[in-house]
Amino acid sequence: MSKGQVKYILKKVLSLLITLYIVITINFFLFRIMPGNAVRLMFLDPRVSKENIDLMMKKFGLDKPLWMQYLIYIRETVSGNLGISFWKNEPVINIIMSRLPQTIILLTIAIIVSTSLGIILGAYSAWRKGSLTDSVILGLSLIAYSIPSFWNGILLLLVFSFWLNLFPLGGTGSIGISHASLMEQILDFAWHSTLPLITLILYYLGGYVMIMRNSMLDVLSEDYIVAAYAKGLSDKRILWRHAVRNALLPVTTITALNFGWMIAGVIEVEVVFSWPGVGRLVYDAIIQRDYPLLQGAFLIIAISVIIANFISDIIYGFLDPRIRKG
Amino acid sequence: MSLSNDRISLLKYYLSIFKRSKQGVIGLFIIIVFMLLAISAPLLTPYDPLKLGSPDELLTPPSLTHILGTDDLGRDIFAQLIYGSRVSLLVGFSAAFISITLGSIIGLIAGYVGGLVDELLMRMTDIVMVLPALPLMIVLSALLGRSLVNIIIVISIVGWPYSARVIRSQVLSIKERPFIEAARCIGAGRFRIIFREIFPNVIPLMIAEGVLYIASAIYSEAVLSFLGLGDPMNISWGMMLNFAFSSGVIAYAWWWVLPPGLSIGFIILGFALLGNAINEILNPRSRLF
Repeated sequence: MSKGQVKYILKKVLSLLITLYIVITINFFLFRIMPGNAVRLMFLDPRVSKENIDLMMKKFGLDKPLWMQYLIYIRETVSGNLGISFWKNEPVINIIMSRLPQTIILLTIAIIVSTSLGIILGAYSAWRKGSLTDSVILGLSLIAYSIPSFWNGILLLLVFSFWLNLFPLGGTGSIGISHASLMEQILDFAWHSTLPLITLILYYLGGYVMIMRNSMLDVLSEDYIVAAYAKGLSDKRILWRHAVRNALLPVTTITALNFGWMIAGVIEVEVVFSWPGVGRLVYDAIIQRDYPLLQGAFLIIAISVIIANFISDIIYGFLDPRIRKG
Repeated sequence: MSLSNDRISLLKYYLSIFKRSKQGVIGLFIIIVFMLLAISAPLLTPYDPLKLGSPDELLTPPSLTHILGTDDLGRDIFAQLIYGSRVSLLVGFSAAFISITLGSIIGLIAGYVGGLVDELLMRMTDIVMVLPALPLMIVLSALLGRSLVNIIIVISIVGWPYSARVIRSQVLSIKERPFIEAARCIGAGRFRIIFREIFPNVIPLMIAEGVLYIASAIYSEAVLSFLGLGDPMNISWGMMLNFAFSSGVIAYAWWWVLPPGLSIGFIILGFALLGNAINEILNPRSRLF
C-alpha cells in the first residue's frame, strides 16, 4: 500500500469512529428526552418483569444523574448490551441477532439481481434511445419507481397467494420442514422468498435502470466513443467494452451511498410478507410499543448502514485512481 | 426595467420548452386532477370518511350507494380516497416547503460565509444524511406520537440536508461571479448579499428540487401510515392500506386495496414527471430520466 492509501484509510476510519459515536449519542438522547421516554415507560409497562426492571436499574444506573447514565449507556452499547425488550422480556441484542441473517439474505439476493438487470436494461435502453424498447423500459421503470413497494407486495400476495394459491402467505419456511432433507429445505426457502424478492427487486430496479441509462447517455456522447467507431470497432464491442464499463462508475457509487434507501424497501417488504427479519422487527416494536427493541433495532440498522458505506468508500478508493494516488 | 423584461422573456422561453415536454404536461395534469379532487371533496361525496356504517354496510362491494364499497367498519371507501388526497397533498407540500426552506437557509449561509460555520453546518448535514431515512422517520414518529403535524415535522427533519448540500454548491459557484463582487464593492452587507443577490439566483433550483421532494414526502407519509404511524383522525391512503392489510380481508376486499395504492402511485408519478421536466429546463445536465 502506498502512503496515500494508508492516509486515505486512516482518515476514513477516524471519521467512521466519530460518526458511530455521534449516532450512539443521538440514540441515547432521542429515547431519553423526547416524549416517549423509554425509561419512564419501562416502569409503567406491566409486561416488564420486576427482576428485569431491577436488572436494568443496576446495569444502566438509572437512579444516577443523566450525564452518568449517558456514559454508562455508551459503555454498555459498545459491549453489546442494548437493554431488555418490554415485549419478549429478553435481551434486545439476542432478538436482533436472530433476525439479522434473514434480512441479509433477502437484501443480498435482491441487490445482486436488481443491479445486474438494471445495468443491462439501462445500457440497452440508452443504446437504443428513442426506440420503442427504450420507451417501454423507461415507462416501466418509472412505474416501478412510483408504486409503493408495500402495495406492490400486497398485490402479489393477493394474486399469487390468495387467488392462484401458488405461493405461501408469508414467513421463511413451512412448519415441520426441519425434518426434511437439505434440498427440500432450500426449495422450501426459495418458494417462500420468491414473492418478497420480486417485490424488493422491482423496488430497486426502477432506480437502477434510470441511473444506468443516464450514465450511458453521458458516456455515449464522449469523444472516445466516436474514436472507437472511427477505428471500425463493432457495435457490440463498443457497447460492452467501452461504453458500459465507463458508465458503471456512477452506478456503483449510487449502490454504495444508498444502503439507507435499500433498508427502507426491506422494511416494507418484510412487513407485508411477515418475513422474520430486522425490518419486521421494527414494525413489531412499533405495534408492541417496545421502545428498547425499537431503539436497539434502529441503532443496529444505522450502524450497519454506516459500516456498509465505509466499506464501499474504501473499495471505491481503490478502484478510482484519482483517490488512490491522492 | 430591462432586467424584468429579461426575466419575463426567460419565463416565456421556459414555458415554451415546458409545453413541448410531454412528461411535464402529463405530470401537471395528474397533479391538477388530484388537487381538484382534494378541494371539491365535500361536493363529490355525501359521506364522512370517518363515519361508521350500519351493520349491513360492513365490507360491501362497490354499489350505487357506495361507489367504491365500504371497509370493515362500514366506512365509505370513495370518501376516504377523496379526503385522503388532502392528507397526501398537505403533507407533500408542507414537508417539501419546510425541507427546502430550511435546507436553503443552511446552504446559503454555509456556502456564502464559509470557514468554520460552513464546516459545522456541513458536519450536521452529514450526520443526518448518514442515518437511514425510513428507520429514523419511524423512530421519530413513534416517539413524537401520531399526528399530521408530527408526520410533517418528521419528514422535514430527514429531508432538509440534501437540499442544503445542493443549494450550498450552487452558492459556491454564484459567489465567484462578478455581480457579487460588484455588490460588495458598493458596500452591500453580508446579509444583503446572501438574501438579495444570491438568493434570487437559487430560487429556480429550489423549485425543481421542491417538486421532486413533494413526491418523496408523499411516499414517506404513505409508508409511515402503512406502518401504523399515521394520524388516526385524518385517514390517508397509506392508512387505508394499513387498515385493509391488518384486517386480514385483503383477499376478498379488492375494492379496498386497489384504489389507495393506485392513487399513491399516480400522484407520485405526477410529481416525478413534473419535477423532472422542470429540472430538464433549468438544469439540462441533471435530468433524472
